[in-house]
Amino acid sequence: MSERASVPKEEADEQETESEDAAPVTTGAQSVVRALENAGTEYVFGVQGGAIMPVYDALYDSDINHVTMAHEQGASHAADAYGIVTGDPGVCFATSGPGATNLVTGIADANMDSDPMIALTGQVSKEMVGNDAFQETDTVGITQPVTKESYFASSPDTVGDNVSEAFALADEGRQGPTLVDLPKDVTQGETDIEPKAAATPDTYEVQEEADDEAVQEAADAFAAADRPVILAGGGVIKANASAALRELATEYEVPVVTTMPGIGSFPEDHELSLEWAGMHGTGYANLAITNTDCLLAIGTRFDDRLTGGVDSFAPDADVIHVDIDPAEISKNIYADYPLIGDARKVLRQLFDAMPRAPEADAWREQCQDWKDEYPMEYEMPDDEPLKPQYVVETFSDLTPDDTIVCTGVGQHQMWASQFWEFTKPRTWVSSHGLGTMGYGVPAAIGAKLAAPDQEVVCFDGDGSFLMTVQGISVAVRENLDITYVILNNEAVGMVRQWQDGFYEGRRMASEYPWIPAFDKLAEAFGARGFRLEAEEDVEETIQAARDYDGPSVIDAHIDPGENVFPMVPSGGDNGLFALQEDHLEML
Amino acid sequence: MPGPAPDERIRPEGRRNTQGIRVDPEAEVTHEPRQAVLSALVKHRPGVLSEVSGLFSRRQFNIESLTVGPTSEEDTARMTILIEEPEPGIEQAKKQLQKLVPVVSVSELEPEAVRRELALVKVGGEKPDDVNAVAEMYDGQAVDASTDSVTVEITGSKQKIDAAVEAFRQFDVQEIVRTGAAALERGPNTLDKDD
Ligand SMILES: Cc1ncc(C[n+]2csc(CCOP(=O)(O)OP(=O)(O)O)c2C)c(N)n1
Repeated sequence: MSERASVPKEEADEQETESEDAAPVTTGAQSVVRALENAGTEYVFGVQGGAIMPVYDALYDSDINHVTMAHEQGASHAADAYGIVTGDPGVCFATSGPGATNLVTGIADANMDSDPMIALTGQVSKEMVGNDAFQETDTVGITQPVTKESYFASSPDTVGDNVSEAFALADEGRQGPTLVDLPKDVTQGETDIEPKAAATPDTYEVQEEADDEAVQEAADAFAAADRPVILAGGGVIKANASAALRELATEYEVPVVTTMPGIGSFPEDHELSLEWAGMHGTGYANLAITNTDCLLAIGTRFDDRLTGGVDSFAPDADVIHVDIDPAEISKNIYADYPLIGDARKVLRQLFDAMPRAPEADAWREQCQDWKDEYPMEYEMPDDEPLKPQYVVETFSDLTPDDTIVCTGVGQHQMWASQFWEFTKPRTWVSSHGLGTMGYGVPAAIGAKLAAPDQEVVCFDGDGSFLMTVQGISVAVRENLDITYVILNNEAVGMVRQWQDGFYEGRRMASEYPWIPAFDKLAEAFGARGFRLEAEEDVEETIQAARDYDGPSVIDAHIDPGENVFPMVPSGGDNGLFALQEDHLEML
Repeated sequence: MPGPAPDERIRPEGRRNTQGIRVDPEAEVTHEPRQAVLSALVKHRPGVLSEVSGLFSRRQFNIESLTVGPTSEEDTARMTILIEEPEPGIEQAKKQLQKLVPVVSVSELEPEAVRRELALVKVGGEKPDDVNAVAEMYDGQAVDASTDSVTVEITGSKQKIDAAVEAFRQFDVQEIVRTGAAALERGPNTLDKDD
């Protein structure tokens, strides 16, 4: 992992000892690196450049591992995935101007999904700022709307504090990305001031526990429900509240639906699990959400991909909404019982406050009936091409429970989330709120470095894969044991599905008959490549790719006509999901 | 796939409105917009104004005016923001504002709060006496005059200034500048404490 390989060994050893002694800082850049070290940073993902060079130079003497990415977008996605898997902020670096703008997609992605992340960007020297200097961009201005906070570092004496504060802010309360823009004269400037310990600014207040009285009222309402449902969002995972969720759900026997970012918060093989709801969620999850009379929603922002049209979302339900961010309360769905606080703590409060279990035998039976009536199934006629669902399901069956699944964005992402069985938190790494194609390749790199002992698989689409394919070179250089599976339909399939469903089959710019041979491309990068076409080869190919010690790419040629179902059309009624093409016409 | 088609499934009776609030399935209910005066105490540092104004444009809050100026404390500034939104929008605006890191506190002022705005109106200088007479009607005064123009200053409520500006239209109005409202709670209460 070391990028100081060109340094003669003795010299390198000397440097190691020096950095362990933690020599006092002498420059702003060293103070930046010290702040990262103090915060426990193990990896940073980035790309070199003029304005960030002083910081890289300071990194030379640090034990922090730097992973050079092939594109800054990849640096931000890798950092994002690192943050999802570890729970601690992932760190990415970029130079000013184009480096910083290339990071923006990943920052915006982290912001939408509340992933902890910190981005450090080089900036031209302060006296040049505002002059349209070479590689100057208003990075703070560009990123302000997509971060928790963007800082412009103004002095070598305080730049370390900026980084410490940004780190703390990315992690505390509702997690999210922060950015510190680092003018070159500030990082080059002299200082002997060590950065302060990481702490959030005094204007940032987080309420950890919900008001007891409010909890009691909510618990009473929930206990009195006939058709209770727990809706677990990504916030459950962020708050490490999965165990608390399981206790509450199993003790009081309440069916659990997750959101898509909440996948893994509750084991999908549990009898109370209805898996996930929303546009491509299970029929039973969507029916339960539609028909519940009391919804305990935890750590979800009620995204429209989850709710469909708000008018038909849980229309009979009293909503208990647990969230660490007060601004989420009644933003999209009115909360009858708002409980502001950390999900883990509030779930414990609720557990203790429950006067009794809801009397919901009939409701649980109803949910079970829906599970039987609308199973997640797909057809696999003998003479047809490979079914993507089968590839996902087979892979899921072969791997350990803690395998981490990353994805790009599109149909393959939906099949992965539908047909993989998730039982553990922090094993589902995907782009939800922003829906970023190209997320998968670099995210898998970040995930693997975050959890080297866990197996990592990335399901990607041919379109998504092409967007960040250069990242394979990084996986090869770092010798990361990742299996990439391209569910190749020679199309941006999700777009094609919508064109077929809603645009009379006018397939404008959605078919990609010119895509490369991904197995050969993988080999050119130095990875192992596999081409997969037949159902009977699926298991063997997956095993061969898993057995290979290093990155491998399976180019799986799937049925190009396969579509994702169930489906709730955009803004539609969750209870009226389509199970097949002709249902769409009924809606 | 098995299972009943969409039109054969169990359907609840209920409904929510576009604001996500449960409503009578028969009635058409939404909250009407109202005007609110938000007073925000913020850290006085570069970029705060763009953060706040960016928030309002990004979230599509309907903003009428925004004024900002220093307070008695060196490192804080106060913003007065007039918005017109339905009730849930006003709540959301407050919470989103409070969420910004440099924002210390946010309060909504009572409707009877003291609200003042300032306008400078430059009109043609042909009839200075008439201009003065109109200015006096609105407690205004001429603050600059030349052979070709008179500039009048008026302070007061928005309605009063609207009326004054209207009255000045009889002269040849050359330029108008208005500040938007600054506002404070009536009585001894101050907003400096988080509430
Ligand atoms: C960066 C980006 N550009 C465009 C889109 C719009 N989009 C959403 S899904 C999709 C299709 C993705 O195609 P592919 O990665 O091949 O996956 P498939 O749907 O075929 O599985 C597109 C183009 C997007 N989500 N992200």
